[in-house]
Amino acid sequence: MQEYLLSFLIVTGAVFTFIGSLGLARLRDFYTRLHGPTKATTLGVGCLLIASAVFFSTQGEQLSLHEMLITLFLFITAPVSAHLLAKAALHLRLKSLAAIPKKAEE
Amino acid sequence: MRRLLPHPIVTPVLAVIWLLLVNSTGAGHILLGILLGWAIPFFTLQFWPDKVTIYKPLTLLRFTAIVFIDILLANFIVARLILGSPSRLKPAFVAIPLALKSDIAISLLANTISLTPGTVSALLTADRQHLVVHALDVDDAASLIAAIKERYEKPLKEIFEKC
Amino acid sequence: MLNYALMIAFALVSAAVALSFWRLFRGPDTPDRILALDTLYINTIALLILLGIYLKSALYFEAALLIALMGFVGTVALCKYLLRGDIIE
Repeated sequence: MQEYLLSFLIVTGAVFTFIGSLGLARLRDFYTRLHGPTKATTLGVGCLLIASAVFFSTQGEQLSLHEMLITLFLFITAPVSAHLLAKAALHLRLKSLAAIPKKAEE
Repeated sequence: MRRLLPHPIVTPVLAVIWLLLVNSTGAGHILLGILLGWAIPFFTLQFWPDKVTIYKPLTLLRFTAIVFIDILLANFIVARLILGSPSRLKPAFVAIPLALKSDIAISLLANTISLTPGTVSALLTADRQHLVVHALDVDDAASLIAAIKERYEKPLKEIFEKC
Repeated sequence: MLNYALMIAFALVSAAVALSFWRLFRGPDTPDRILALDTLYINTIALLILLGIYLKSALYFEAALLIALMGFVGTVALCKYLLRGDIIE
């Protein structure tokens, strides 16, 4: 039972990690590419880390929760780096599929 | 009291982080965690920005739950959009007029927007009146703005700002 | 069962690393490359965690935590350079 849960979490996590990178490679302008890694990859790695916590808690003699630290850290930092990247891209006037609003150009 | 324990919430949070980091719940580590949790805010007091007051803790809990569910949903939505045909996407920049004033509320709103369905916050204008958001696939900009204001901005305003 | 799941996961994450590398070399602009590096470090964390489960060793956790911290600092520093570099010009 626990093995099925672990396998499910690991495969789900890997699939989301892959989809995040696929978005990075496949989409057509910088701003849309930004969406893949910030969301899909974060959840994917989160799933893998939860799988790791479950694995080591049931294998070892004591509870292992330190994986939660990386998950928490990634969930806090992912939007910050996405915001900074988008801000840098707007600053450099990268070409975009969507019209850049006037408010961003000041 | 205020001078001896400057940040009553930060102290237990730091202690828990220490326990997670050493991955143990021994009595010695709990003691060391509490000591560190007290000492770090105490000695870094001068570097801290303005004090944050939470007016409605229960709304904060409900908001966290909503955001967590939205993050899970967001991933399936974004995954479907990425796997679909890239030429069918309709990306757009949307400027959201802000009703929030405090730093913490604005930064939490920006982070929430980045983690939830198909939107990434891109820029806060210099006058702090608008937040420019990039949406991956948008049909109706006005309804997106209304949804964000209703779902995320309103609870944040209730939590962090006195009405 | 777990071994099959791990093999599938290794294959998918390796493919993700390859795609990020492709974007890193292809560009076309600097922010694209920074975003590719950002994705690469998160993929590396995923690989390390999988390796830790595969080898039943908790040692890889420290490496993953350090990569997470340093990767974020690196991304922020590069973005700040882009934002400030233009102002000085």
